[in-house]
Amino acid sequence: MNRKYYSKLIFELSHPGRHGYSLPSNGLDTPVDLPETLSRKTPPDLPEVDEPAVVRHYNNMSTNNFGVDTGFYPLGSCTMKYNPKINEEIASHSGMLQLHPSTPAVAAQGALMIYYTLQWMLSEIGGMAEFTLNPFAGAHGELTGLMVIRAYHRSRGDFRRTKVIIPDSAHGTNPASAAVAGLEIVEVRSRPDGTVDVDDLRPLLDDTVAAMMMTNPNTLGIFEKNIPEIAELVHGAGALLYYDGANLNPMLGVARPGDMGFDVMHINLHKTFSTPHGGGGPGSGPVGVRAGLEQFLPNPRVVRRPDGSFDIISSSDALGRISATLGNYAIAARALAYILSMGREGIMMAGRLATLNANYIKESLKDLYKLPIEGVCKHEFVFDGLADKSTGVTTLNVAKRLLDHGYHAPTIYFPLLFHESLMIEPTETESLETLDEFIAVMREIAREASETPDIVRDAPHDTPIGHPDDTQAALTPVTTYTA
Amino acid sequence: MSKIYYAPTHEYIIVDGNIGTIGITDYAQHALGNVVYVDMPEVDDEVEAGQDFGAIESVKAASDLISPVTGTVIEINDALADNPRLVNQDPMANWIIKVEIADPSELDSLLDAGAYAAICK
Repeated sequence: MNRKYYSKLIFELSHPGRHGYSLPSNGLDTPVDLPETLSRKTPPDLPEVDEPAVVRHYNNMSTNNFGVDTGFYPLGSCTMKYNPKINEEIASHSGMLQLHPSTPAVAAQGALMIYYTLQWMLSEIGGMAEFTLNPFAGAHGELTGLMVIRAYHRSRGDFRRTKVIIPDSAHGTNPASAAVAGLEIVEVRSRPDGTVDVDDLRPLLDDTVAAMMMTNPNTLGIFEKNIPEIAELVHGAGALLYYDGANLNPMLGVARPGDMGFDVMHINLHKTFSTPHGGGGPGSGPVGVRAGLEQFLPNPRVVRRPDGSFDIISSSDALGRISATLGNYAIAARALAYILSMGREGIMMAGRLATLNANYIKESLKDLYKLPIEGVCKHEFVFDGLADKSTGVTTLNVAKRLLDHGYHAPTIYFPLLFHESLMIEPTETESLETLDEFIAVMREIAREASETPDIVRDAPHDTPIGHPDDTQAALTPVTTYTA
Repeated sequence: MSKIYYAPTHEYIIVDGNIGTIGITDYAQHALGNVVYVDMPEVDDEVEAGQDFGAIESVKAASDLISPVTGTVIEINDALADNPRLVNQDPMANWIIKVEIADPSELDSLLDAGAYAAICK
């Protein structure tokens, strides 16, 4: 890393008169005839930099980015699994890249086959009747799913259902999506073991409830064992059960939301199906429904005709459009490449290995980190900070100290059920050696917290930026540069 | 002579005559972390015991502010609009709203300092 080039803005490397080109005079002294109102009075404030400085500046900046291609990324709740390069190769095939979104179905049979095949495979994996690939992200999928549910209730002439029940451990996107869908949020409590409190749920259910949203395994990485009972209660009240697919990874090939009694679900292709994530996106949040709800899925839909050809259709029962076309096609192609290259056996192993890896780290660290919920977790788990609280070293300090060791920090201070949440999800991607090295570093940090706490409290020591005031940055972000 | 009561939802109310000064406790500000926004009612708004009168947002979480009493808002702490982090610096000095208490008997169901300290353990 080169701190000189990283720590400065390109504007700060500017020298008046310096430039990266050498052009002869064009010999035109006459000013261009432009109206006075259109010509600027002062020259633009652009950086004046020579070409090597530009190249070094941006190359050094790019190496300071951290991704799953540069190191272990144990970010709980986000399934940062490795994105196999074959996905990229498939998605950058010229036949994929050159396709226009408005190409008529008859001329895009190959692309529609990719859509249809992925819809069918996701339906198999989720235990659903049909999927739409149109939503652009997980939260967009949640919103779409809730709109499907609303369209279903309205189709029955039932306009009284305005509430959505959401567990207190839910991802923040659940209440946010419900609010955007114009629904009222009702919170249901968790039991001490982290699962939904069925006794708290029962009195909340009546004919004003449109749906209940659940994540299984939940945000603590705990499998919700009472789903059949919850599904019966929710359906008994006339509401639908929604599955937030953020934590689908450990379920792959082991259990299916459709079989558990869920009516509508979304999947994050950028989590479970290894497509790029976050800044490397775009994302994709396909939504699946059980039989009987297909007609409410958003337009347009990809279907297979009896003669084996593929077509794009619209339904008048549908909730409408949630995207201009058929979602992020190149992401669908990557996800299908992943499923096909893994194969049935590979997909079934992924969830089991993700679960094994998480339990291995949990059991290897629970003597030094406080494990609030004992027992077998699924793909992720939550520590409530260090076991020894007397040192004053917080979860934030531990996370920052991990940066010094070249790891991305875990998710911290979520879920909100504990004060010092530190949430680890290794995924199936990582080797035993990587897991052992990470465990050794976490143990070392716990030892430092007892013996030399200042080293942990003052971390990070070895990153381009040390201790930004993130609160102040959030309150008064400076988004423009002036010399 | 003022007296302080606490709610199990981590608000305090300092009662002086029929005027109550409401804020969040030091325990609450510590658990929330750096506060970035305080959503307050307007003067003359009615608040109800056990119901939310606003919300407080930190870098970690957003929480409803629950009124310990029923009454009418007579003053809001405008300084928090520009500098919400004052709540972290001194949550007792940097109260959120002042209310005229409608029913002083509601105070009986609140906690004293000792009982509140016990639930924070």
